[in-house]
Amino acid sequence: MTPSLETRDLTIRFGGHVAVDHVSCAFFPGELTAIVGPNGAGKTTYFNLMSGQLAASDGAVLIGGVDVTPLSAPKRTRLGLGRAFQLTNLFPRLSVGENVRLATQAKAGVHYDMRRPWRASHDLVERADAVLASVGLLDKRDAPAAALPHGDQRKLEVAMMMALEPSIFMFDEPTAGMSVDEVPVILGLIARLKADKSKTILLVEHKMDVVRSLADRIIVLADGRLAADGEPAAVIASPIVQEAYLGVAPGARA
Amino acid sequence: MSAALTLQGVHTHIGRYHILQGVDFDAPAGRTTMLLGRNGAGKTTTLRTIMGLWRASKGRIALGATALEKLAASDVARLGVGYAPETMAVFSDLTVKENLVLGARQGALDDARLAWIFGFFPALKKFWLSRAGALSGGQKQMLSIARAIVEPRELLLIDEPTKGLAPAIVGALIACLNEIKATGVTILLVEQNFRVAREVGDEVRVMDNGLIVHRGPMAALAADEALQNRLLGLSLASHQ
Amino acid sequence: MSALDAGAALPRRRLDVLPALTPLAVALVAAPFIGSLSTFVTLTAAGLAMGMLIFTMASGLTLVFGMMDVLNFGHGAFIALGAYAATLALAPLASWSSADSLVLNLAVFVLAIIVAALICGVFGWVFERLIVKPVYGQHLKQILATIGGSIIAEQLLYAVFGPAQIPLALPKTLEGSFVFGQAAVEKYRLLATCVGLLVFAAEMLILNRTRIGLLIRAGVENREMVEALGYRVDRLFVAVFMAGSALAGLGGAMMALYRGQVHATIGGEFLVLCFIVIIIGGLGSVGGSFVASILVALIANYTGFLAPKLALVSNILAMVAVLLWRPRGLYPVSGR
Repeated sequence: MTPSLETRDLTIRFGGHVAVDHVSCAFFPGELTAIVGPNGAGKTTYFNLMSGQLAASDGAVLIGGVDVTPLSAPKRTRLGLGRAFQLTNLFPRLSVGENVRLATQAKAGVHYDMRRPWRASHDLVERADAVLASVGLLDKRDAPAAALPHGDQRKLEVAMMMALEPSIFMFDEPTAGMSVDEVPVILGLIARLKADKSKTILLVEHKMDVVRSLADRIIVLADGRLAADGEPAAVIASPIVQEAYLGVAPGARA
Repeated sequence: MSAALTLQGVHTHIGRYHILQGVDFDAPAGRTTMLLGRNGAGKTTTLRTIMGLWRASKGRIALGATALEKLAASDVARLGVGYAPETMAVFSDLTVKENLVLGARQGALDDARLAWIFGFFPALKKFWLSRAGALSGGQKQMLSIARAIVEPRELLLIDEPTKGLAPAIVGALIACLNEIKATGVTILLVEQNFRVAREVGDEVRVMDNGLIVHRGPMAALAADEALQNRLLGLSLASHQ
Repeated sequence: MSALDAGAALPRRRLDVLPALTPLAVALVAAPFIGSLSTFVTLTAAGLAMGMLIFTMASGLTLVFGMMDVLNFGHGAFIALGAYAATLALAPLASWSSADSLVLNLAVFVLAIIVAALICGVFGWVFERLIVKPVYGQHLKQILATIGGSIIAEQLLYAVFGPAQIPLALPKTLEGSFVFGQAAVEKYRLLATCVGLLVFAAEMLILNRTRIGLLIRAGVENREMVEALGYRVDRLFVAVFMAGSALAGLGGAMMALYRGQVHATIGGEFLVLCFIVIIIGGLGSVGGSFVASILVALIANYTGFLAPKLALVSNILAMVAVLLWRPRGLYPVSGR
């Protein structure tokens, strides 16, 4: 089967520092892969290389078997790659509804249409509302995005991603900064995405319980290199993860 | 031994929003008090009001015998208050070293203290002369905390320090906080991570809708799952 | 150290060189069109000198905006004030000026620009306390208040010094040019370039090697956090404002000497140029305004020669071109 997303020997150097070091990995539809690793291991940089925010020094990124390494981030999005960021990335002064509508518009390829009022684009508005309803934000449609509590802002980000209808979802620490009651809602959303076997999901996370409950597969990045790749239980139990990532003393277990 | 932090009837308005609605609590001297609650409850606003970044519209805040509510942020800081904000607020164009130099109000950095900090956060030593902007999210978090503790303080206000930290570093942070506790500093700590709260907190105050809804020893809350459920929505013990 | 945490100490931060090379690129592009080497040298030398003068005037403005988010449209008043203040120093020492001694000439020149800087620094303090402080945080009011302040300042200058242009002669040995083959480089331009470079070096040294410079750089990024670390940012800002005004005065004095006459309109004329420069350079970045000043001056000189009709808009076009390439300026400050 062709991987939906693949990196081959992907490398990036900043001056003398190799932030991502020849990482080769393939991701398939219907699979949720968690990416773990110590702080500074290169997880977000790896994501940035795949989504196109950063240009690689070496190696290739492929989407659906097609080499997209020279393509810009917007072009990769149009090929089906959806990316959420570590720090919340919304349009704070626009309303919740407007944020999602921008995403549906982008998906529909509408850019500079100044002739029609937005209300006339019924289909786009309907789709935006449907997405908002599926994440439980429909009642807050007219609130400014900045006024939402943190957990709802993260939900909005997911909604915007969903509106783009990507085949690949990339989440970078989606539960960071969320209170205990907010976490299950986002996890529920991700679990629902996972149930759609045509989607490929990548998830950077530090919370082991989240990883254990969602991941089909875990890859470990350390010092920019791929240090482990496999089934969650095995990877979590491996000595390198136990000691260096989880901080468990040799001999004990986490 | 540091002084106690007390808040009495503190109200804070941000624009049209009445965020703190009469906050009353004390963080006992030399103890670590956890400030817990849902997002939007007012925890960060409380820390910012104590710090003087936002002016309380009503009420009193005191560190020992010194009244804080009318002081500017720089005056509060100079009383020996260290602050690690939720946004980390590291200076991206400055090096790690320069960020820490700014945290050392007394002047020069103390090598022994630095070595102690590096023991918990080795990445800071590795990136010593690099731009703070080049650090990863978790590393910036380490820098923000290090800056708050680079000198001995009277009071530490720390807002969600474990956000984005790898589990091993969370362990290091817990060890670090416990060592600081041993020196008798008063600490007020906002955290979503219950493992940290349980292992570091002596006292706990829970906020909801701009008010304190529970006060008591941490041990009591940690032992009472039903209470945890009622106050914070879910059994916390199931989340690391 | 654990197996996962092996890395060696990383190298020092690297400078992003590309934006700094833009003036060079412009010079290289213009060279073939200009044709004659001597003309090219003359134009480039003139551009460099002009760039240094503009930089001296603009660098204070970028820190004022970068640090406190203050739009100071009164900055031009200090450029003008500096020019007039120079006459105060030069008039009584006219004998030093007309003497055929390099030492005396340089002495009176240095004295004139220092007097200009000091007077402008003091008035900068007055301006900040009276006009700027009441409108912290309100951009529209800042624009109105500072423009109002500059109009008043201009009229006061006319009231004190008279509305007519005041001639200002260069000291004797500073007149004329050095001739290199077919190219003539004015001596004064060389002097202006040296002064500008000294100012740049001093600013970079202060910003990068001193604690106060550290505070300024941090304050430009996140003023609130600097306060929360225990530093009185407002006091620091007053010092920066005074320094910026002093530098504007220094630049104004040098520019007036270059033109041979003093008139308050010099303020308004260079104010626009200063704003263009700090936007191109990146608000809050001294290095950025250094590169931008040279860039703008070179472009103005080359277009003045190659396409005089475009000369007036060349600055604006340069700004548009740079912003299309780097929307936040050549060397943006993080967090702005």
